[in-house]
Amino acid sequence: MRRYLLPAAVLASLVAAWQLAASTGLLANVLNLEDFLVPAPSEIAKTLGEDRSLLADNAWVTLKEVLLGFGCALVAGLAFAVGLHLSETLRRAFYPLIVASQTIPIIAVAPILVVWFGFGIGPKLAIIALICFFPITVNTLDGLRSVDPDAVKMMRTLDASRWAILRRVESPTALPFAFSGAKIAVAVAVIGAVFGEWAGSSSGLGYLMQLDNAALNTPRLWASVTVLSAMAILLFALLALLERKVVTWR
Amino acid sequence: MLTRTGAPTKEPLSIGTNGAPPDAGEVRVAAIDHAFAQLRVLAGLSLRAAPHEVLGIVGPSGCGKSTLLELIAGLREPDVGTIAVGTAAEPTERLARCAYLPQRDLLLPWYSAIDNAALALRNRGLGRAEARRRAGQLFERFGLEGFERSRPSELSGGMRQRVAFLRTLIAGKPVLLLDEPFASLDAITRGEMQAWLAGALATEPRTVILVTHDVEEALYLSDRVAVLSSRPGRLVSELTPLAPRASDRAAAITTPEFGALRAEAMRALREGSR
Repeated sequence: MRRYLLPAAVLASLVAAWQLAASTGLLANVLNLEDFLVPAPSEIAKTLGEDRSLLADNAWVTLKEVLLGFGCALVAGLAFAVGLHLSETLRRAFYPLIVASQTIPIIAVAPILVVWFGFGIGPKLAIIALICFFPITVNTLDGLRSVDPDAVKMMRTLDASRWAILRRVESPTALPFAFSGAKIAVAVAVIGAVFGEWAGSSSGLGYLMQLDNAALNTPRLWASVTVLSAMAILLFALLALLERKVVTWR
Repeated sequence: MLTRTGAPTKEPLSIGTNGAPPDAGEVRVAAIDHAFAQLRVLAGLSLRAAPHEVLGIVGPSGCGKSTLLELIAGLREPDVGTIAVGTAAEPTERLARCAYLPQRDLLLPWYSAIDNAALALRNRGLGRAEARRRAGQLFERFGLEGFERSRPSELSGGMRQRVAFLRTLIAGKPVLLLDEPFASLDAITRGEMQAWLAGALATEPRTVILVTHDVEEALYLSDRVAVLSSRPGRLVSELTPLAPRASDRAAAITTPEFGALRAEAMRALREGSR
């Protein structure tokens, strides 16, 4: 409980300060902005309540994209990590490309993906998976390579096949690394979903934010941001919980 | 084949060595040289261990003792010379006949004690339940009863080493290669573990190559002790202990004969590290 007390207190005082500054118009003055551009937390909270069914419907759309995209990246990332670990040739051939794939701005590829996959869920999944793939693959590969060489020797004298070493020694060693990668991935996945929806969609929190941004409906824009953050934190926490249940030897 | 036994230590060999022929446990090392890059670690070393013999190897730190075990096990090939375990000279064949217990116990932290001990059985494709059942019988025989489900982190140093030794024994190989198995233990536990190992080898005889820097340990446990020089390691002297693995360890290591042998071994060690 004590663990959560400090961050909660910091958050509460920040929100309180924001509320105070925004409601007196002080914040807008200091930041050289118009009042309506910096909604007070109370306004955001009001919108969260009033538009809850609209926000929930769009959040559900975004959540589905995030989960499916993350799932694809997880499967592909783990498979790639194992493949690159088992084959020196594959590693040499593909590792630089995987790093390069991360340097491509999503903004640049999003229109192409929309043209290929249309306005459905396809391009969003592709963008999210592309973002999530990197931390999962790189972390898992690092984990597989960090295995104790003496443990591998010991396994070889115990008649272990390559598969047995992968399954009983390398995979458990890599598991905490894979979880780290997945936690980073899930946090950035929601950003990927927003990018994907901006590139072309008719629903989702990213789509809603785009509408509200154009209409200068800032309270609802920030309400969407709040829901999005909560979603990312929740998914991160779920993974952390799962890690604690699975990685029991640390 | 394993049978449930009532009288633990008096029963004959029951883990067996996979029906290996009687000579399978003979280890012959003939005139081997080995170097890592420019560093020559072994020079013209020849050794022989008869089936069921315990050959102790002592030498100064860095004299290539651990490398020698990896070479015998078939994890490496020597630059020059030949190594044979029974009729097996190829590395993969040697690997099939040798079990290697490294310096650290290397118990896998994600498995319970019993699953660690049963690793070789699982690697050969045995189901988890059957592997546990077989390993469990050894836990009873070797004083680890009640600790089957413990994680390695919950075990004491001596117990961890016992589990690691069982893991090696269950592999059913005719040759055991032990690399300073008790180096990480305190003096009292080390003494207890030496006596325990002597008892274990009495019921489960194997050819053992025991590398250690503890002269007393080598002289108590081995039938013969080879003293190696400092790097590059070569044979300086060979000693024959009088009462290997005597049941009363404390008495055995305090006799005047044992003291004289220890002095001789120390002399040879000093000579070899010059």
